[in-house]
Amino acid sequence: MPVMSYIQAVTTALKEEMQRDEKVFVLGEDVGKKGGVFRATDGLYDEFGEYRVLDTPLAESAIAGVGIGAAMYGMRPVAEMQFADFIMPAVNQIISEASRIRYRSNNDWDCPITIRAPYGGGVHGALYHSQSVEAVFANQPGLKIVMPSTPYDVKGLLKAAIRDNDPVLFFEHKRAYRLLKGDVPEDDYVLPIGKADVKREGSDITIITYGLCVHFALQAAEKLAEEGIDAHILDLRTIYPLDREAIIEAAKKTGKVLLITEDNKEGSIIGEVAAIIAENCLFDLDAPVQRLAGPNIPAMPYAPTMEKYFMVNPDKVEKAMRELAEF
Amino acid sequence: MATEKINMPQLGESVTEGTISSWLVGIGDKVNKYDPIAEVMTDKVNAEVPSSFTGVIKELIAQEGDTIEVGELMCYIDTEGGVGEEKTPVSDEKVEVEEKTEDNANADQSMKKRYSPAVLRMAQENDIDLVQVDGTGKGGRITRKDIEKIIASGEVQKANDKIPASEDKKQQEPESAKKPSPQVSQQTTQSGDIEIPVTGVRKVIAQNMVRSKQEIPHAWMTVEVDVTDLVNYRNSVKNEFKQKEGFSLTFFAFFVKAVAQALKEFPQLNSAWAGDKIIQKKDINLSIAVAKDQELFVPVIKHADEKSIKGIAKDIYELASKARSGKLTSEDMQGGTFTVNNTGSFGSIHSMGVINYPQAAILQIESIVKRPMIINDMFAARDMVNLSLSLDHRILDGLVCGQFLARVKEILENINKDNTNVY
Repeated sequence: MPVMSYIQAVTTALKEEMQRDEKVFVLGEDVGKKGGVFRATDGLYDEFGEYRVLDTPLAESAIAGVGIGAAMYGMRPVAEMQFADFIMPAVNQIISEASRIRYRSNNDWDCPITIRAPYGGGVHGALYHSQSVEAVFANQPGLKIVMPSTPYDVKGLLKAAIRDNDPVLFFEHKRAYRLLKGDVPEDDYVLPIGKADVKREGSDITIITYGLCVHFALQAAEKLAEEGIDAHILDLRTIYPLDREAIIEAAKKTGKVLLITEDNKEGSIIGEVAAIIAENCLFDLDAPVQRLAGPNIPAMPYAPTMEKYFMVNPDKVEKAMRELAEF
Repeated sequence: MATEKINMPQLGESVTEGTISSWLVGIGDKVNKYDPIAEVMTDKVNAEVPSSFTGVIKELIAQEGDTIEVGELMCYIDTEGGVGEEKTPVSDEKVEVEEKTEDNANADQSMKKRYSPAVLRMAQENDIDLVQVDGTGKGGRITRKDIEKIIASGEVQKANDKIPASEDKKQQEPESAKKPSPQVSQQTTQSGDIEIPVTGVRKVIAQNMVRSKQEIPHAWMTVEVDVTDLVNYRNSVKNEFKQKEGFSLTFFAFFVKAVAQALKEFPQLNSAWAGDKIIQKKDINLSIAVAKDQELFVPVIKHADEKSIKGIAKDIYELASKARSGKLTSEDMQGGTFTVNNTGSFGSIHSMGVINYPQAAILQIESIVKRPMIINDMFAARDMVNLSLSLDHRILDGLVCGQFLARVKEILENINKDNTNVY
């Protein structure tokens, strides 16, 4: 089985889907000839040509809008936002149009668009190149939000997103692009959207998180295992809609739950996870549900020391996990 | 170099287990054969465990506070010198660290009674008394894992039943041994209240008392005895006795002697309940209650019926001094068949004793008080004493006890300088 980086898995999934279905096309800023600022669409322009790999103006609202129109017309567009931070001009298109069309048209129309966007910090990207924006979209029924943590999940879930008949926001952690490598099967597999995945079995504490934080948790868990602390790690994978059953099962397993996100703590998706646990798991809880998240500061600072303060990292995760285990 | 085991020794007949109250040696300490290595508390006595070998302590298996059965491993000892010198200090440190963390854990129990929803639910579903569970969480909090462990180990019953039952008692009382001790209702403490942990002898006393009161149907009877002649006689000889013998001739010795004599004639009271039978004891060994600070001991005057008043007085003196200096041995505490309790020494004039399990009765010797009595229709100032008997109504009835007390009374009232000799 070939070992691939996170971003290679993105490229592979795009390529295979474009080969499989000619309705699939990509559009975005510099995705064509340049192959994307992160090289996610590297080689696609050469293979599929300018009509299936479209370079667009710097106009996110248009990228989303064109994609939505094409999708309603039967195409399977994969739109790229160069950075998730830049998605804001497209919010009206995504929320008011893409997410509402099926409902508004009483099921006559659908919108099978995939919008990819690199998010997350830890790359000295500062304010406009580091944000986590998923919470903006995570209360819009009609949308799906996928945030994978491994190359394997990236390939399977991006394929699923492209084949899905509803709009999917596909957020890729930009620090994970070249940091994370893993086995990715060559065959054409699809992973279910809306299903969380247990990344580590354990019995002392439960960690529920997604994206790059899954790796921080796994690293911390290995360290803590030497101290006899056995962590159970659930990777949400799809953060909207949430996999309620998996969350409840994981929380009940140990009764001690730590929720982690890189996003600002207030109003982040893990608050919703905490609410699901509170509604369903009271008599299995052995400790207050804990949240580890970014501080309530507008966005990622540039100074390395300040960025370090803002970002979740393995040390912070380890400390929070140990405290919960000892409770 | 050979490594030997030191096991929990048999510290007395019917003693099946002992609790290590403290280790007197640490890892790496050199000990000689017969040197004391640990203090062990049994349901009968505090004793020191001697080393069976000369050598260097290698590993302490049992921890302080552990209750281990007779014959079980306590520690390892290397029987020849030269044990890895460089290793020893390291393991020394380790023990210290372990003890420290244990201390810390014991110190902070602020979260002991903060139960999480999961713990409460599981405790209710499995009928676990949380008061008796030791928590491993922060501040002594009982965690869900602690409860899961108890359920998995199947020792739920044990959490309810902490009375140690020695082997022979188990055989005698199979039903009662299974009975859980009464649940302790949760008490609230307010600031300023002092919480005293129940440990050691206090715990054993509590368990024995509960056992006695739960199992034995107590009944009571009191007689009044005129001991004017006895008092006069004792007072007339006490100074000379003290000078000659070096210890006091107490009233209590006379009472013990009288009880021993009466027991010989009424062996029914010198017996024990054994479920399907009553065991009448041949020997008359009288337990006497001796208080020391917060502790209560019941050492035994052996063959009291064969001893003179002086012999009994000497035994009382020796046992009481040993008890007060903490030197009672397991031997001193064993074999009691009937208990005489000197409640009069506290000024009590009437009390209802709790029977010293598994004996049949206990006699309280109350305070001797001068009272106006009517003799031949005339008032007379007499030295009066109440003798209060608690009896196991399964073994004894009012008739035989009445006869026994009447006999004790008769003996005591006839003690005077003409017919009694303390020697």
